[in-house]
Amino acid sequence: MNDEAGLATVLLAMFAGAIRVSTPFLFVSLGETLTEKSGRINLGLEGTLVFGAMSGYAISYHTGSPWFGVLVAGLGGTVFGAIHGYLCKLPRVNDIAIGIALMLFGTGIAFFFGKAYIQPQAPRLPSISFGFWAENPSVRQALEINPLFLIGLFLAIFLWWGLKNTRWGLVVRTTGDSAPAALALGIDVDRVRLLSTMAGGFFAGVGGSFLSLYYPGSWTEGLSSGQGLMAVALVIFARWNPLYCFAAALLFGAAGALGPALQSIGISRGYHFFNAAPYIMTLLIMIASVSPKRSLKGAPGELSITK
Amino acid sequence: MAVLQSRPEGARRAIGLETIGMTKAFGPLVALDDVSIRVRPGSFHALLGENGAGKSTLVKCVMGFYQPTSGSALVNDREVSIPNPKAAHALGIGMVYQHFTLVPSLTAAENLVISRADTPAVIDWAKERKALEAFLETTPFKVPLDMPVSGLSAGEKQKLEILKQLYLDQSFLILDEPTSVLTPDEADEVLGLLRGMTEAGELTILMITHKFREVTAYADEVTVLRRGRMVGSGKVSDLSIDDMSRMMIGDTAIRESAARKAHSGEPLKLEIAGLFADDDEELPALEAVNLKVRCGEILGIAGVSGNGQSELIQVLSGQRLPSDGRIFIDGKPYEPERKLMDSFKVFGFSEEPLRNAAVPRMSVAENMAFRTFDKVPISPFRGWLSPSPMLKKARDLIAAYRVKTPSTEEPIENLSGGNVQRAILAREISGEVEVLIVANPCFGLDFASVAEIRAQIMDQRNRGAAVLLVSEDLDEILELADTVAVMSEGRITYTSPMDRTDRATIGHAMAGHH
Ligand SMILES: Nc1ncnc2c1ncn2[C@@H]1O[C@H](COP(=O)(O)OP(=O)(O)OP(=O)(O)O)[C@@H](O)[C@H]1O
Ligand SMILES: [Mg+2]
Repeated sequence: MNDEAGLATVLLAMFAGAIRVSTPFLFVSLGETLTEKSGRINLGLEGTLVFGAMSGYAISYHTGSPWFGVLVAGLGGTVFGAIHGYLCKLPRVNDIAIGIALMLFGTGIAFFFGKAYIQPQAPRLPSISFGFWAENPSVRQALEINPLFLIGLFLAIFLWWGLKNTRWGLVVRTTGDSAPAALALGIDVDRVRLLSTMAGGFFAGVGGSFLSLYYPGSWTEGLSSGQGLMAVALVIFARWNPLYCFAAALLFGAAGALGPALQSIGISRGYHFFNAAPYIMTLLIMIASVSPKRSLKGAPGELSITK
Repeated sequence: MAVLQSRPEGARRAIGLETIGMTKAFGPLVALDDVSIRVRPGSFHALLGENGAGKSTLVKCVMGFYQPTSGSALVNDREVSIPNPKAAHALGIGMVYQHFTLVPSLTAAENLVISRADTPAVIDWAKERKALEAFLETTPFKVPLDMPVSGLSAGEKQKLEILKQLYLDQSFLILDEPTSVLTPDEADEVLGLLRGMTEAGELTILMITHKFREVTAYADEVTVLRRGRMVGSGKVSDLSIDDMSRMMIGDTAIRESAARKAHSGEPLKLEIAGLFADDDEELPALEAVNLKVRCGEILGIAGVSGNGQSELIQVLSGQRLPSDGRIFIDGKPYEPERKLMDSFKVFGFSEEPLRNAAVPRMSVAENMAFRTFDKVPISPFRGWLSPSPMLKKARDLIAAYRVKTPSTEEPIENLSGGNVQRAILAREISGEVEVLIVANPCFGLDFASVAEIRAQIMDQRNRGAAVLLVSEDLDEILELADTVAVMSEGRITYTSPMDRTDRATIGHAMAGHH
């Protein structure tokens, strides 16, 4: 095999892998961005993601419609978001603690109901072929783009635009940055946070359904392995900016695809090391981009970690 | 009835407001006790009272920010219910709060647009900007529209707060100490504009202030609160400053400033050598600052706010790392660390104590123990806290410095602005002090507290402490300092012993001519 073809294969595999792997990260981090912009942290999204994967798969199996599965996964996430949003407004309740409780609850309940769906095959989400023009089969395959990725891309742009150019965007940012200011404007802070957490939960649920309905494409208990938590960290990395979330998710996906891509051309030395690439990369970028002299730019002022 | 609501164009609109028997209790503490006040339409009404008298509480009840325990409000002689600030806005009542209510990460333009009741679901920024610029044309203030508010200076923020209310076109404006962060010139600019609007009958103003100068220059009528009760009101023209201050504090004597003790040949105590530091944007904020303070000397640093003073204080108190330079005390290198602060007996306090010197949700007693909690008697064994000496100490300090608080256990953020300041002051200067670093110690304090705090600073000086006083209030520097230095664009541009300079020279140096 000559080197050039090998490199092209790796790059193509990384490209396809980036899009595949990044989709759940993208949805969860967009949801978390919205929630955190309103001033709360929802660490429970890992649980929402797993529950979304399970419920999406189950519904797709029973109804035969994967898109209906996606919707139900999102609605399940909305319910988790509503529980989080409601509990956090009670006095002396900490959002991080509630988040951890909900993470365990979501995973637990998904495992409980999910036992029956580990074996059966459910219909999966279709992909859209953008590679019809290409002759090379591997290019064609790399251009099989899943529709959720595209929806996520539009969602990122929409959120970025909406946070600046719509009333609800300004209201969410106001609530997240200064609750006293929001109160003085007559904004119902708890309600804004409840709704933002519910919307965030919806996105995370949809991200979960991607895992079971597209890639890897079946329901197992080890499906998520902490992707929901990583996505929450990604939000800080992306400085609470939806467009950066998109970029960060892609970068993360590409780094994650490095190991399998190298393996596909027969390089398997250091496979586990390359699998850890996203984490190492995140750490390095984090170290390079923070400074002890200033606080995190863009951090909503009401977050319990920055307050 | 539609007929009653339509009002003729132009002949707007200033509304009158009255409170009847307003009472507000926070647990056992009665902050407001049966207060009835009357503000005539189109008047400029001042609300006076010492720190903790209940002024902010009263206006917050009117705004619907707090629900009064009992009592009611009348607008244009009709009883109204104001369950929340939104209801107050709908009635045409707007307020500029004592603490900023702008959203720090939003730009000025975003802050203005979101404050409107009818913000459109999708904002057409091109159109809004045009409208905003046209609106700004009608006012004498200039505020950058596109910068996040967190990057504005305190004065700009305060002007933006007032602009916001004018933009909302309110007809009754409540101002809670609007000028405490403004220079006298800025204050005149703002109050002059508002005064003009009341005279035109467009606006009614209720202003809380501690500055008699502003009352006599701008207000028509005045109401005075003391310990939660209304103790007097009347036309400003019928009252002297003396009458008003007697109403505020009763017969309590005001502390006279201690005489300045003459020192000579005292040793050098604090030396700052070649200090450089960057601001939050990583631009240079301090450049080669050199300062020397002797024992028993007050070095006053004057300057327009935002010229590096807060960065200097932050470096000296350990909140910011200098990029270069050294600090020496008694000729030995000093770093603002707890251990060295302790051994060199360095104390200090600055403006915004809730942000810089206190933990808002911890109790008054805990906040007062920050300097001593790890020492005998509060900590008799290593790492072991003993609450009763801590409470005793807090009770002593509260009594000695007359901090008004419901109990030692109250979270310090619930104290009135002036009382937070007193609590921190008590912590910092009740012990043995050798170096004292203070910044704008009298922001937002009533005149009795101002006299008290300045006297305490003078006492420390007379006892031999080296005092570094940063103040935006030139009068404070003229009253207290032995030596004056002027800070401009991060540099010390002028230094002189106080007896060899005057207000005009210092003012000239502050304006950047040197
Ligand atoms: N949210 C609160 N909870 C408990 N006590 C409070 C609260 N707000 C105010 N108080 C108490 O009510 C009293 C009156 O406070 P208020 O803020 O009205 O004083 P003020 O006249 O505005 O004083 P200042 O001039 O210092 O601003 C104070 O003793 C304060 O401790
Ligand atoms: Mg007040």
